[in-house]
Order: sequence, then structure tokens, then C-alpha cells
Amino acid sequence: MESKISVKNLDFFYGSNQALYDISLDIPEREVIAFIGPSGCGKSTFLRTLNRMNDTIASASVKGSVMMDGKNIYASGTDVVALRRRVGMVFQKSNPFPKSIFENVAYGIRINGIHSNKADLEERVERALKNAALWEEVKDRLNSSAFGLSGGQQQRLCIARALAVQPEVILMDEPASALDPIATQKIEELVVELKRDYTIVIVTHNMQQAARVSDRTAFFMLGKLVEFNPTQKMFTNPDEKLTEDYITGRFG
Amino acid sequence: MERRILDQKLDLLRDKILLLGGATEAALNRAMQSLVERDSPLAQKVLDEDEIIDQMELEIDRMSIEILALQQPAAHDLRFVISVAKITPILERIADHASNIARAALIINTEPQLKNYIEFPMMAQTAAEMLRTALDAFTSEDSRTSREVIERDREIDAAYKRVFNELLEMMIEDPSATTGAAHLLFVAKHLERIGDYVTDICELNVYLTEAAFIKHSK
Repeated sequence: MESKISVKNLDFFYGSNQALYDISLDIPEREVIAFIGPSGCGKSTFLRTLNRMNDTIASASVKGSVMMDGKNIYASGTDVVALRRRVGMVFQKSNPFPKSIFENVAYGIRINGIHSNKADLEERVERALKNAALWEEVKDRLNSSAFGLSGGQQQRLCIARALAVQPEVILMDEPASALDPIATQKIEELVVELKRDYTIVIVTHNMQQAARVSDRTAFFMLGKLVEFNPTQKMFTNPDEKLTEDYITGRFG
Repeated sequence: MERRILDQKLDLLRDKILLLGGATEAALNRAMQSLVERDSPLAQKVLDEDEIIDQMELEIDRMSIEILALQQPAAHDLRFVISVAKITPILERIADHASNIARAALIINTEPQLKNYIEFPMMAQTAAEMLRTALDAFTSEDSRTSREVIERDREIDAAYKRVFNELLEMMIEDPSATTGAAHLLFVAKHLERIGDYVTDICELNVYLTEAAFIKHSK
């Protein structure tokens, strides 16, 4: 298995509070990895260490290494903006810009100067919307406000926005938790579809969602990685008693 | 450790499969008794009560499907529901074999008593013991005992061969015993099949307790 991201002995602190303890984990390329665990277990914090989103918190500090394609993303001199282009992110609540559907997707392409001309830009926007399974629903109203879209469509728009800058890894923090079952199913199908081209890490509170979409599952508790195994094994015969108790709902 | 809604449902499912196991054991024991003691009313009772076993099977099927659909069990819970759902039709089939033995008893009991034979009741006893032990092992999730029971299937297979030869000789020596002996041959075959089914139950208990598939592993 080819590792896209390799985390070694990662500790994470909010000021003097340690939030992650000695996490080591390899994320293989073009797989879907699910992070599960009770609230406050550190799974979202850990997700954010993978594209240095935690850097925006002043008191945050990190020990250990996160290697992406063999280079430590915490090494001094790392271009964090470039890193975040390679490792895109989709959040729990869809957060489109107060702009048109087209401009939402075009934004990242423009500021990164990825396109060569207007036609190229339009083509890239279309491709991103198609990859996010949204094109058919919005192609006739690209210039309308993104806020006119339904919650599920807005979330797919955010995915399209993330895809537009050609990332290699996509981090998703509970991308479907605010959506109805049909919109959720669309996002899940999209996740499975996207792993052909991308490495995807998804944080979810929905155990069945983790079971449905992921190839491997990591279970976190109290800032520690309890178990990381193929999803099929995690849900039929986990190695750890703690994992079993959590996925079978024996503690809240 | 929190008590979950699922726990109540799993407890109920466990009760139901134990009742079905008990009814199946009783059917087998009575069928054999009706044969050995030439008790035709008892054989008829086995046949009459098979319907109850069929209904128990349907009820467990319904409960298992409901738990899978509504509770979405995982890990040990999932393996338990799957094991129960797979053991249920096996028990029902064992009960069918018991009914077939009872049917044979109704015919054999109208024939002249055959001379005494030793292997046959021993074979029946082994099958009944294996079934009882297999169900106990499932209840206590004792996979070691299940593996021991699986080994005992050889005893049944060997006994079947001996009974087969014994009955064949009987038919050759005394043509008037042919009808009775032929039906007994079927009874022996039913017992031999029951041994195979008990093996399947034991394999499912190993799956339940160890998450290991040992079926077809030899």
C-alpha cells in the first residue's frame, strides 16, 4: 500500500492542554479513511493537522511529523497556502461565498492562477461541478446566487469548490451531518466516486456512514488512536474492546 | 455499561433460539424413543408438533431481519444475529429429519420386531449428545467445546457405515426383515445428516465467538 500521508508520533496541544497523544497512522493513496469517535476525542483536531488548519489557532502547537509524499508538512519553509491547495477541506456546515454559483467555483482557480484564459476557466468550473455531481442541477443558473441552492446542493458546491483547485487529498469534517437522507446519500456516493482520483479523509459521527463509504476506519478516544483497521474488520470483528463498545453503542 | 434497546432484542432472540433448540432436541429424542420402544402415538406426536417448530423458525427469521434493519448491529452483536439467523434453519432441518425418523417409526412399528442390534441406538445417542452439547456451547459461547463436537462427527460417520453393513447383512440373511431394515437404513441416514448439521451449528459458534470462518477449512 502506497502511503499518501504518513503521520508519526504526533502530539497536539491547545496551549498547555494536550489534545492528541502520539498518533501514528498511514493514509494510503486513493482510499477513503473514516475517523470516528465520541465528541471531543480529537478526530477533528487530527483532521486539521493534515493541512495545518490548526495553525490559525494562536496557542496551538504540534510535535511529531506529518509526511505527505515523503515530505514533512511541518518542516520550516513549508508553503502553507500551497499545502492547503493540495489538501482541500469541506466543512460540516456548507459555507458558500455570497457570490454566484459560477464564482464560488471559479474563485480558487482565479486566486491560484490555475487557468490560462476565460474558456479554460469555464471548462474547469464545469468539470469541478460535474465531479461534484452538481452540474446537471445548476448548469442553467450558473450566475444565480449560491444561497438559492438547497443545503445538499450547497454542500456539493463546496465540494466542487474544493475540487476546482485540483487537490490531491480532500478532508471532510462531517460533510453530511446537516443533510437529509437523500442529500446524504448523494454525498456518500460522491465520496466513493471521488476516491478514484483523490485520497479522502472523512470525519463522521454516523457509524453507518463510516461503514458505507470508507476503506479503513480510525477510532479515536480521549486524544488517542485506539484502533485503525480495514472498515470491514472494524465493524465485524474489531481488535479492541473499546472499539467494540463504541461502535455497538455501549457508551455514549 | 449502558443497557441498550438492542440488548433487550438480542436477549429475546437468544431466548427464542434456545426454545427452538430445545424443541428440536425433544423432537429427535422422541422420534428415536418412538422407534426403539415401538411407541407409534409418540411418533405421531413428533409429527404433529413439527408445525410448532416451523412457526418458531419463521418468528426468529422475522426478529433477525427486524434487528438487522432497525438496530444495525455491529461487531459481536452482528455476528450473534447472523449466527442465530443461520442456525435457525439448520435446527428446523434437524427437526425435519426427526419427523422423517418418526414417519419411519410408524411403518417399522407395524413390522415384526427385528433382532437386537447394538450400533444403531449408540449412533442415535451420539447424534443427540452432539446436538445437546452444540447448543450448550452456543449458549455459553464456548468455541472449544464446539470444536470438540465437530470432531465427534467422525464417530457418527463411522457408526453409519457399520449400521449400513449390519442392516445389509440382516436383509440378506432374512428377506422377511427387508422392509423394516430398509426403513431403518433411512433412519441411519437421517442421523448421519443430523451429525453434519450439528457440525454446521458448531462452526457458526466458532464464527460467533472467534469471528473465524472454519467452514470448508479442511
